[in-house]
Amino acid sequence: MHIPDGFIDGKTAGVTALLAVAGAGLALRQTRRRLAPRRVPLLGLAAAFLFAAQMVNFPVAGGTSGHLVGGVLVAALLGPSAAIVVLTTVLIVQCFLFADGGVLALGANVFNMAIIGAAGGYAIYRLVCRWLPGTRGQVAGVAFAGWCSTVLASICCAGELAWSGTVAWPAGFTAMAGVHMVIGIGEGLISALVFLAIRRMRPDLAGEISRPAPPRQWSELVGYGLLAALGIAIFIAPFACPWPDGLESVAARLGFDQKAVHQIVRTPASGYQVPGVRWAAGATAVAGAAGTLVVFGLALLLARSLVREPEEDSHPSRP
Amino acid sequence: MIDDWVGHLHSRRDSPVSRLPAVFKLGVGLIIIVGTVLAPPRAVGWYVGAAMFLLITAVLSRIPPLFLLRRLAWLSPLILGVALVNALQPAARGSWMTVAAKSTICLLTIILVSNTTPFSRILRVLKAVRVPGLLITTLALMHRYLFVLVEEAERMRRARASRTFTHQRGARWQTLSTVVGQLFLRASERAERIYDAMCARGWK
Repeated sequence: MHIPDGFIDGKTAGVTALLAVAGAGLALRQTRRRLAPRRVPLLGLAAAFLFAAQMVNFPVAGGTSGHLVGGVLVAALLGPSAAIVVLTTVLIVQCFLFADGGVLALGANVFNMAIIGAAGGYAIYRLVCRWLPGTRGQVAGVAFAGWCSTVLASICCAGELAWSGTVAWPAGFTAMAGVHMVIGIGEGLISALVFLAIRRMRPDLAGEISRPAPPRQWSELVGYGLLAALGIAIFIAPFACPWPDGLESVAARLGFDQKAVHQIVRTPASGYQVPGVRWAAGATAVAGAAGTLVVFGLALLLARSLVREPEEDSHPSRP
Repeated sequence: MIDDWVGHLHSRRDSPVSRLPAVFKLGVGLIIIVGTVLAPPRAVGWYVGAAMFLLITAVLSRIPPLFLLRRLAWLSPLILGVALVNALQPAARGSWMTVAAKSTICLLTIILVSNTTPFSRILRVLKAVRVPGLLITTLALMHRYLFVLVEEAERMRRARASRTFTHQRGARWQTLSTVVGQLFLRASERAERIYDAMCARGWK
């Protein structure tokens, strides 16, 4: 999902760079304030760990394999601010050392993967944890948030590409969201398994390292939430709203809905009452919501099958 | 797998380009990238000029052309994918050629800069432009322990593979995620030792 240079234009690069600098600056400030000096090297080592963990290939099917991306895993282990710092570091090194992801696109990549992916995923993880306490809730939260963060980041990526005029929104959105809804399942599953493995080996580490008091955890997220909302309002809202019009123009070009188009030309307001168009947009929303619910159910099932309730807080007994 | 990644970095050799100061190389690279991204699609002169300049630099830097081509090919699937999506859209057929040209020029620029400039020099430039110290420390530590941890992951993966005789996918996912979890624990224990070492050497 690393956007190379040349895929986004000047205005998108500028806006995403501003958002990314604000997010990373906030994260650095929070981290410096909360993280004990002893833990400072852990940020660099966690970044190197993410990089090395991507070398471990998980077999999928038919010779293909997937690997961990790890934004949500690091956020669940270290907290959101530290996770943003870690992921920003990984992205900078990938950009300057391996030419993976562009220099001018660095802001967009940091926004998608660190702010939306890690901090957004962390918010989802906390919500699930609050709803379902205990190890089971944590595992389900990591799995579900891993999937959500992958899909959300890909949608932001599609929005940025569309705003730059590189890929049209309907095609880019369908391709990116579709592919990452599948990839995200692997990401959620691997994140949950690794999180559980760490929790079983060192229960003390699988909490948060910067350990703020619970109410402040949410206040830590407010800044990132604002930045994420701002970015979504800029990149995605313009496309999500006029989407029916896009479908109408396609319908007009294909010529199968001449009557409806004439009607729209006469009375613009009735454009949103064309049943076919409303049905298509509504169907996408319903399908997306249904898919999310199914994944949430799968995450709960996964946590239920992996974590036996009596086993909690006792020593592990699984082979 | 590990060869794939280590192969992304060319072993450094002395050349007129690698002796130039890092600030200069980063500055010129940034100018080329910004210019290319902002250039209008019809500015063929700029693209040709930038490409010629990069080719001359590549020859002067004494990086084997095959290595450059391999790196470009490794990083191109996304470019090809977007070109494919756009080729299916009749309205945007002309623009993907521009996108492909732009991203190829930018890619070549970063590959040339990163393979002629040690990462520590890039860090020094970042420090000079007032990037926060915590980020610099994290970047430096990541770069230092990147290959250490990659090798450690490879060793653990091999050790695991030589002990586990199962082809059940579920079981393999379980063991592989234990390997990844163990890698995180080793990384965090290493971080503790590094902190002690840093303090012993007078780190504030």
